[in-house]
Amino acid sequence: MPGPDLIVRNVRWQDELVSLWISQGVVQRLAPPDEPSAEGEQLHGEGMLLLPGLIDAHVHLREPGFEYKEDIASGLEAAARGGFSTVLAMANTRPVNDTAAVTALMRDRAARAHPYGPRLHPVGALTKGLAGQELAPLVELAEAGCVAFSNDGMPVANPDLFRRAMEYASDLGLVVIDHCEDPFLAEGTSMNEGRVSGLLGLKGQAVVAESMQVARDVLLADYLGLPIHLAHISCRQSVELIRWAKDRGVQVTAETCPHYLLWTEELLQGYNTLAKVNPPLRTKDDVLALRQAVREGVIDMLATDHAPHAEHEKEVPMDEAPNGISGLDTALSLSWSLVREGVLSLQDLLTRWTVGPATRFSLPVNRFLPGDPADFILFNPDLEWTVTPESLHSKGKNTPCLGQTLPGRVVTHGIAGKVLFHDAAAA
Amino acid sequence: MLWPHKDLLCISQLKSAEILHVFEMARRFAEINTRPVKKVPTLKGKSVILFFVEPSTRTKTSFDIAGKRLSADTYSLAASSSSLRKGENLKDSALTLQAMHPDALVLRHQQSGASEFLAQRLACSVINAGDGWHAHPTQALLDGFSLSEAWGEDMAGKTVLIVGDIAHSRVARSDVLLFTALGAQVRLCAPRTLLPSGVRQWPVEIFSNLTEACRGVDAVICLRLQLERQKAGLLPDLREYARTYGLGARHLNKANPGVLVMHPGPMNRGVEIDAALADAENSLILDQVSAGVATRMALLFLFLTRKDASDSGDEQSGRREPHQPHSPLLQED
Repeated sequence: MPGPDLIVRNVRWQDELVSLWISQGVVQRLAPPDEPSAEGEQLHGEGMLLLPGLIDAHVHLREPGFEYKEDIASGLEAAARGGFSTVLAMANTRPVNDTAAVTALMRDRAARAHPYGPRLHPVGALTKGLAGQELAPLVELAEAGCVAFSNDGMPVANPDLFRRAMEYASDLGLVVIDHCEDPFLAEGTSMNEGRVSGLLGLKGQAVVAESMQVARDVLLADYLGLPIHLAHISCRQSVELIRWAKDRGVQVTAETCPHYLLWTEELLQGYNTLAKVNPPLRTKDDVLALRQAVREGVIDMLATDHAPHAEHEKEVPMDEAPNGISGLDTALSLSWSLVREGVLSLQDLLTRWTVGPATRFSLPVNRFLPGDPADFILFNPDLEWTVTPESLHSKGKNTPCLGQTLPGRVVTHGIAGKVLFHDAAAA
Repeated sequence: MLWPHKDLLCISQLKSAEILHVFEMARRFAEINTRPVKKVPTLKGKSVILFFVEPSTRTKTSFDIAGKRLSADTYSLAASSSSLRKGENLKDSALTLQAMHPDALVLRHQQSGASEFLAQRLACSVINAGDGWHAHPTQALLDGFSLSEAWGEDMAGKTVLIVGDIAHSRVARSDVLLFTALGAQVRLCAPRTLLPSGVRQWPVEIFSNLTEACRGVDAVICLRLQLERQKAGLLPDLREYARTYGLGARHLNKANPGVLVMHPGPMNRGVEIDAALADAENSLILDQVSAGVATRMALLFLFLTRKDASDSGDEQSGRREPHQPHSPLLQED
């Protein structure tokens, strides 16, 4: 066995001080903190938390087509700084990622801008142009490197087409990701339908706009015996349907986002367009149901639904503002705040950000066992930071966290044993 | 009274004493409107921009007359003639207007929250002349002023019924806030499809039967029904709506004696209100129009002569920081 080429010393792993020995991009072993080695570069962890590199199954990196909002270089930089070693990028670019050429372009841009990672895995469009009319060439997309298919942002209304898409994708061994939203119930809405939308005079989106599609999808998955992945779940009704389906043995997985675990429709008061996101922020009851579902594993994974927009696009009246929250920079801090408050355990947090998405999308994951990819971050849980436009690495400054102080910072990030940055000063 | 507000965005920002102060001022200004020469120099040298992105002849004319009777210079800008048509966004349009140094900007806009959006960005006073479904505070103030002329200021014990398309009505939202603040009991009557979400938590009584709703009321405000509600599937047709929710004299049999009938206009006669009832003796509809001019005179006076930020250190004046959301971690119970 060759000696280590990198040793990360003096880091905390499950309440113990250890050192992480890495060789040729994979984990060799966790060793006592001071175990000597004649070989290998040494990196001092200063007692920081050692965590696996996170996986974000849902980001919008906007390139090609909307580079003024974000590009692959800036989006992956935000991912790196946010602790994400791997991201899955959605297809609603311009042109839409419904051909091998676009998939190849995305992968090429990522490899050039960030040769050592974070890794970008494109998600192919489920239908041509995301128009919901005809299947996209899923075989071509899979061969070009897409790891899943989705009509995210433009939900497929036609249940027959959606069924055929699930069946066709199953031949490739790839899963369909659905953005659950009934286009009729959701039409023209700016926020959750409820008390606040009534007061503000805004057209609200009822939770059934999401949960009816969740019901459709789990029933189809049950009938067809095929898997389905449900993106950014936002409400109690959906959670209850997913729990029912899982109990029945349906191959359904689901994600939610930090914002649905933290905030409610109240954040829209004062016409705060930074809190406009789709699905919309719901009520406290929904937040509590989602937290419970994340603890129980009914929700399998967390994802950011990173949706960067230019500042001027959000500086308009509510109805005109685009949906979306820029999430990669803040996601770990926001979810860490839930650990700090005792809402989630550290184990819940890590499982939902790593093993959950890795299992669903058949991606390698670091459990710190010998041979695992050496994707790791060092996290300073006590370091607080104030969210300002300048502090965000994403071009998208559209987060309701602006001005807030958040706990925890990624100070070091290594992917496949390559150290992207080691911010000794922050440690 | 020292007027503390830079902008008029929503009735919820006003204390009831301030609402009564507006009525008192309106009462004084109403007198000017009956003189042979209907002009006083009070606001000479002040400029008011009437920025009506959503078209409205009545409200704009009312503000225009109110300004001119106080000798303010008023400038009208309609969406059709403005650069909004050419793709300019609301922020840039507003900053452009601001660079011309108006003292107040009166905004009518089809989007809820548009007036608050401008108020956060402009140094001049912003007066909301209706934003989307959200608020129409000057209409509520003139409705309240009209009724206070009939009833006196104390509205405790009075019951006001609002009938019609509450969900899409900025008038209804502002009226509920105003009459509740003045101590009146408010009722709403509408089909379920035209009630706003969360209305059960409002301080109102809700009815679906118009005859029941009218029992024991002192005033009924009919709302205009927008004809596109039928296309949106919210009601079958105007005939059925008129039959069920169109206010007629027959509904008022069990109302309190002297019940008053109001409508913010423009009316669909025979739809939300019986044609004859609109002209009946107990109709306040034209009084509302007159009250509108007086109320807007009062408001322009209050906002254009209020003490400046530089004099009083009033922190509501001048540019405010855009909304800073505060979101502490939601606690589990």
